[in-house]
Amino acid sequence: MDKVTVTIDGVTVEVPANYTVLQACREAGIDIPTLCYAEGLNEIGSCRLCVVEIEGAKALAASCIYPVANGMKIHTNTPRVRQARKVNLELILSNHDRSCLTCVRNTNCELQNLANRFGVSEIEFQGENIDYPLDNVSPAIVRNPNKCVLCRRCISECQNVQNVFAIGAVNRGIKTLVSSPFYLSLNDSPCISCGQCITVCPTGALYEKDHISRVYDAIADKKKHVVVQTAPAVRVALGEEFGMPVGTIVTGKMAAALRRLGFDVVFDTDFGADLTIMEEGSELIERLKYGGKLPMITSCSPGWINFCEKYYPDFLENLSSCKSPHMMLGAVIKSYYAQKMGWNPEDVFVVSVMPCTAKKVEIERPENMHDGLQDVDAVLTTRELARMIKEAGIDFVNLPDEDFDQPLGMSTGAAVIFGATGGVMEAALRTVSELVEGRPLDKINFEEVRGLEGVREASVTLDGMELKLAIVNGTGNARKLLDKIRSGEAEYHFIEVMGCPGGCITGGGQPIHHPNEMQEVRKLRASAIYKADENLPLRKSHENPAIKQIYAEYLGHPLSEQSHHLLHTHYDQRPLYRFTHKV
Amino acid sequence: MLYRSHVMVCGGTGCTSSGSDSVADAFVNELKKNGLDQEVAVIRTGCFGLCELGPVVVVYPEGVFYSKMKPEYVPEIVEEHLLKGRPVKKYLFGETVTEEKIKPLEETTFYRKQERIVLRNCGIIDPEDIEEAIAMGAYEALGKVLTTMTPEQVIHEIKKSGLRGRGGGGFPTGQKWDFAYRQKETPKYVVCNADEGDPGAFMDRSVMEGDPHAVLEGMAIAGYAIGAEHGVIYVRAEYPLAVKRLQIAIKQAKEYGLLGENIFGTGFNFDVEIRFGAGAFVCGEETALLNSVMGRRGEPRPRPPYPAVKGLWEKPTIINNVETLANVPAIINNGSEWFANIGTEKSKGTKVFALTGKVNRTGLIEVPMGTTLREIIFDIGGGIPDGKKFKAVQIGGPSGGCIPEQHLDTKIDYDSLISLGAMMGSGGLVVMDEDTCMVNVAKFFLEFLVDESCGKCAPCRIGTKRMLEILDKITSGKGEPEDIDRLEELATTIKDTALCGLGQTAPNAVLSTLRYFRDEYDAHINQKKCPAGVCQALLSYTIVADKCRGCGLCARNCPVNAISGQLKQPYTIDQEACIKCGTCFEKCPFDAVVKA
Repeated sequence: MDKVTVTIDGVTVEVPANYTVLQACREAGIDIPTLCYAEGLNEIGSCRLCVVEIEGAKALAASCIYPVANGMKIHTNTPRVRQARKVNLELILSNHDRSCLTCVRNTNCELQNLANRFGVSEIEFQGENIDYPLDNVSPAIVRNPNKCVLCRRCISECQNVQNVFAIGAVNRGIKTLVSSPFYLSLNDSPCISCGQCITVCPTGALYEKDHISRVYDAIADKKKHVVVQTAPAVRVALGEEFGMPVGTIVTGKMAAALRRLGFDVVFDTDFGADLTIMEEGSELIERLKYGGKLPMITSCSPGWINFCEKYYPDFLENLSSCKSPHMMLGAVIKSYYAQKMGWNPEDVFVVSVMPCTAKKVEIERPENMHDGLQDVDAVLTTRELARMIKEAGIDFVNLPDEDFDQPLGMSTGAAVIFGATGGVMEAALRTVSELVEGRPLDKINFEEVRGLEGVREASVTLDGMELKLAIVNGTGNARKLLDKIRSGEAEYHFIEVMGCPGGCITGGGQPIHHPNEMQEVRKLRASAIYKADENLPLRKSHENPAIKQIYAEYLGHPLSEQSHHLLHTHYDQRPLYRFTHKV
Repeated sequence: MLYRSHVMVCGGTGCTSSGSDSVADAFVNELKKNGLDQEVAVIRTGCFGLCELGPVVVVYPEGVFYSKMKPEYVPEIVEEHLLKGRPVKKYLFGETVTEEKIKPLEETTFYRKQERIVLRNCGIIDPEDIEEAIAMGAYEALGKVLTTMTPEQVIHEIKKSGLRGRGGGGFPTGQKWDFAYRQKETPKYVVCNADEGDPGAFMDRSVMEGDPHAVLEGMAIAGYAIGAEHGVIYVRAEYPLAVKRLQIAIKQAKEYGLLGENIFGTGFNFDVEIRFGAGAFVCGEETALLNSVMGRRGEPRPRPPYPAVKGLWEKPTIINNVETLANVPAIINNGSEWFANIGTEKSKGTKVFALTGKVNRTGLIEVPMGTTLREIIFDIGGGIPDGKKFKAVQIGGPSGGCIPEQHLDTKIDYDSLISLGAMMGSGGLVVMDEDTCMVNVAKFFLEFLVDESCGKCAPCRIGTKRMLEILDKITSGKGEPEDIDRLEELATTIKDTALCGLGQTAPNAVLSTLRYFRDEYDAHINQKKCPAGVCQALLSYTIVADKCRGCGLCARNCPVNAISGQLKQPYTIDQEACIKCGTCFEKCPFDAVVKA
């Protein structure tokens, strides 16, 4: 890459010629403030907080989008720059619902941090603010336009990354609003509830629908047996909420904290993941053997399922009929386990702690009900669980490790890797290979399906047959892949799709970091996931003794009638728009 | 067919709205009735410029100018003038009628100081007939560049002419073309910005309505120069007549082989399509315009990359304003030197202005750069009506500035206007007299911009709104001395940090009125008075006892019963109860109610 020389506040530095002024300044050790900017995601220069003075330019330049040029002289801390940044920040604050104390993002808000950094003590430019109603119709996501700073990261995430197109900018001027088309509620829009918008929001304008109070109510209810389960991705992220380094594995502390919060039984969704592999692996073998619909596509990610039902209904038959792991476990808890314990299923309250917001929608799907009961009654995101632990005053960092309860807390490494993109594929391959070939694997790891790239292809040989595989994460990438399949450009046997970029480790319910840090966060959480896998004695789902036990005692065999009844589901085409709620 | 006389009825927007269609129809019918329809042609032209006097009709070969025409005048004119050869003086524009002779239009004060390059064919040809345009030399320049010049030579010629963009920014046109020419990427595009959005402006509209071929020819020349085969005209849907005439012109030009494939047999292809805008002011900003053409939300994006590098569909694109393009054929035909001889050192050629407001002759004018504001307002425009005093002229549209009396002798060009805190803009000129409140004017323009802000960048979206709120406060009598500082602080920041030109110039109306009319702001804030007597909240109505005859008319009409008194005795107004609606002021037959 060509280099150019620029002078920043009198210091001459050499930077790559394709740098922005912001990149050059940050490399020179000057942290220019930004709000709307997210590298690669949202480079639109709309907040105007990163302005700098460039000699010879008439106006100030937004450093986040202004390219460097050789000989450029940049000033980042002149009175003119300071005044402009402060006025613009105060303007944004003047148009912001400043109820920080009761905000879900209090202390983790980019706007709050900026106000603090600039030492804003009063807001000089007061004026009218439109009081917008909350959009809280969706079971998963709440939008509060009064907290929106119109950085438009959510729009870019929804449109450019996820290709969902649920939200965009509407109206003009001071009335500009991020909204669904026709002012519809998110719930009536193409929204797939992936929650990626939440993770890129700098403020509290987007957050998950609260399930904490219903969980506390259930815990307080003496009649209820409250059973909690935790998804694989939660254990590698929850610690971040308590200041632990990204990628710390906190499985034991999490189990301990859940008991201290008052949950009666602490199970592991990983058991559900092992069960999923038994069912889904068998389904794949069956489809391959008997000419079923191919490629078979995984169905663990409810965001992806929503996307498929709305945008690619012609692929519904390709979806595995397996419920997602926590739904399987929920169904098993309310049947198999309740029976074992002599509980009335109606008195069992199942809570799933998930890295996901779409799971909040998934549990309400009527086709997943059994005898009028939901498989799962509440879904807490990782962030919500952290809030509960904080509220309870539990010293999370210093908690002693505890184990999950048995038998449904028993799991294998194959289950843990469900949290990372490619994990379901790898777990399935570990089991399917052994089931088909009837001999132990030479090597357990399928490195060829790992990675963080949005679309990956691989192939493995199974009993002499070449199995063509694809792994995608992010629904925008799924769209690309499905379009290729539609047009006949690509052909596969088995595809893993995760709705969120990176998979569940960076799902819509996970702890929030600045989007610029997300790629690093993904790497660290993914490597923690694979480390957790290596740490476990059993690493193939079919070797899980609790799995063997449930088939022996209750389900019979994979794809049995009982399995179908409890563990499988079906899909329907859904409209992109419904016109029931306007906001 | 040859005619002995031509009746040119203005078909511009101003005259059309004052009823020129029915005048033209009346001529057609009356001529037929008199058996003259084979001898006298009726032609609907583009704008003559003197909109104030519309509907206007010019009869050739005499060149006499009928103003404020009505269909009922037509029989007499046909009989007297067209049959008997005696122009009907009472319907002629007064200034052209003297004892000895009837003066041609060019000699009137309105036209004398004008130089019509862009408007060369407006009012002269039937814009819906390409043959008339060709007869006036249309497509000659295109033929010349295609057959005798290389693209480099065309660009060089435009550069030498000193032509600068007429849409507001004043960027050198030749340089813009050169940037696009140097780009390797293809296809390239020529976009004509016809999204004229300033309130009261109708320069581009008149050119498109009066001489659409000038625009098409300019685009084709630009296309040849930069290597583009596609042209797009982005025109607002609110200009139906312009759209219709452009459509006709494109169709005819294609039929004549002057657009489309293999133009003049040279192998050069150039096609033009029309895209409609929905009237957002910001879509006149070039990057917002491109977004709109591509079907995206019409809002600006940061530059660089400039459209010359990444424009329409990410390809090299030049965006030129209507007036800029209409200059191009004239420059090619007459040479760059001819053009460069007109105007000032840094601003060459002419500029079309829409002259409106408190001026006697509102209309469309074209003057050489360097003409003074005084010449425009007082010589061409005929000064201020009703003997009122001139106060300021607002130039450059909503984002322009207000220029006071002491700068009226400034020679207009891009740079002089900037130094006065205004800008050329697209050429709106709004004249204001002594009855205008300058704080209120600033508020008016800001209100427009608050409404039209695209909402993308924070300073424009929120800052202009906060400025407007402060102005609201001041004009409603609640201003505080610190408000001026706040206005200045906001204005400076918006100017310095807004994303696009619209935002950066949005505070101009406030800044320029603060610069030249600060005393009015002070009066509003400190004395709670509106010197021009405009701001309702700052007015008070009182009854002068000496003048009041005690008729009670005021009290009977007062909507809030704030006036009391006894018949035949002087009445009084309860200031607390008064809502300052002004009804008493209007109703009093004895001028006993005064406002201050």
